[in-house]
Amino acid sequence: MLVEILLAGFGGQGVMSTGQLLAYAGMHEGLHVAWIPSYGPEMRGGTANCGVTLSDTEISSPLVTEPQVLIAMNQPSFEKYAGAVVPGGVILYNSALVKETGEYPEVLVVGVDANRMAEEIGNVRVAANVILGAYIGLSGVISVASAVEALKDVLPPHRRKLIPANREALERGAALGAGGGRAVG
Amino acid sequence: MSHLPRVLMKGNEAFGEGAVRAGCRHTFAYPITPQSELAHFLARRLPEIGGVFVQAESEVSAINMVFGAAAAGARVLTSSSSPGISLMQEGISYIAGARLPCVIVNVMRGGPGLGNIAPAQGDYFQAVKGGGHGDYCQIVLAPASVPEIIEMMILAFDLADRYRNPVMVVGDGVLGQMMEPVEIEPGETRTAPAKPWATDGQGDRPAPNIISSLNIVPEDNERFNLDLAVMYAEIRRGEQRCEEYRLDDAELVLVAFGTVARVAKAVVDRARRDGIRAGVIRPITLWPFPEDSVKRAAARADRFLVVEMSLGQMVEDVRLSVEGEKPVHFFGRPGGLVPTVREVCNEVKRITGVMPGAEDVPAATGVDR
Repeated sequence: MLVEILLAGFGGQGVMSTGQLLAYAGMHEGLHVAWIPSYGPEMRGGTANCGVTLSDTEISSPLVTEPQVLIAMNQPSFEKYAGAVVPGGVILYNSALVKETGEYPEVLVVGVDANRMAEEIGNVRVAANVILGAYIGLSGVISVASAVEALKDVLPPHRRKLIPANREALERGAALGAGGGRAVG
Repeated sequence: MSHLPRVLMKGNEAFGEGAVRAGCRHTFAYPITPQSELAHFLARRLPEIGGVFVQAESEVSAINMVFGAAAAGARVLTSSSSPGISLMQEGISYIAGARLPCVIVNVMRGGPGLGNIAPAQGDYFQAVKGGGHGDYCQIVLAPASVPEIIEMMILAFDLADRYRNPVMVVGDGVLGQMMEPVEIEPGETRTAPAKPWATDGQGDRPAPNIISSLNIVPEDNERFNLDLAVMYAEIRRGEQRCEEYRLDDAELVLVAFGTVARVAKAVVDRARRDGIRAGVIRPITLWPFPEDSVKRAAARADRFLVVEMSLGQMVEDVRLSVEGEKPVHFFGRPGGLVPTVREVCNEVKRITGVMPGAEDVPAATGVDR
């Protein structure tokens, strides 16, 4: 098993920490993991992305250049990376901010209204974890419980009060994803 | 799987963690992307354990603080990225001339000049051929993963003290910024060996120790240089390190270090699925260059492909080791770009003639020297 996942969005949408959450959860399940950020001269409100690799064998290249999975939180990210997803892969996008463009015949493309669900939960900042949850539910690549457990690793002590909202985001996203299609990864 | 607790750590933090585990308690540095998290980490960590971190006013100042602390017998570190390392070269030459141990980290970025903050390997020549003046060599280590950064930092301090010589550990922006799991080993800290030569107060000694790189009489300085040569020969014989990956039956040998070596391993896995018998030599010591491994491979393999994030620097050392026995090809992405698995695979197919017609097509973006 080797899954390369690209998470992309605006700075502030939480894609970096959501990627770390996935990496931590994979690590807790005994997988080999790597997380790598884009670190160009970015600015607040600009685009940010990170790549996560999960594997049951040693990871050779940690660079995600041919992702099997794209999580696109905004329109520029979808347009920039959707074409890079390999055949058989999955694109999950935040349908509140992304209008699906282009044709991806061999890729499963799933819109998730992450912003709306995050607003229902009461914190729009958990939207990225709604989509991560949807991916976990769809693929079963790791368990939701591992992702919930990993919130403690990613959120610093003074942000631990955000765990319940993030937990709900992961769980509701996973329930959505579990009904959403075939297994991937 | 290990039972020790693991955390995800950034490469830059791992350089700092490795230094702490090696017993380093003195670091002098000046921040620069993409290595700033290293300075950040140690600025917080060292005071917690009775150490000192000083943000110097410049890299020139930092390396001279290293000179002083090394003379006093401390395990001492400085770190920077390419332009800052250039500023340190005079100090590194002085430290080598004064026979002092220290560790220097270079998290390389795109050059020349101010360049950019993206990952690169264009400082290879500077690191292994002596970026400063005079006949000196420094040991250069090139880890390729976050856990290996910690291991290499501990080795770096040990080698520095063993040979009383500067050791450089090189990474690149990818290695500095990426996170991988590392094991937490509480309480494990090494200590430096006794340093009776250190200028740490005369104590009971009959005369004070003097540390200097000044050798005004040419005959004396020649003798000093010849002594260095004996030591450098010993290091060349005894300290070559590399990883050999799927090399046993390899017809094509990829040679790459650091981040690019990981790309090369992925290329080899993919090439073997296409029926190309490929392997990797990953130099872990860039100086001394693992020429013995390359020579052995040259006796068996058909050809070499050196892949670097530069216009081609290590390829010269591979060619020196191969001594014209086999063709040595080169593929590089200079200026801050990382070769992708796909483009190196295409290059592999091109040079091995597996891709029909590809032999005549020049590499789209790489540079073949």
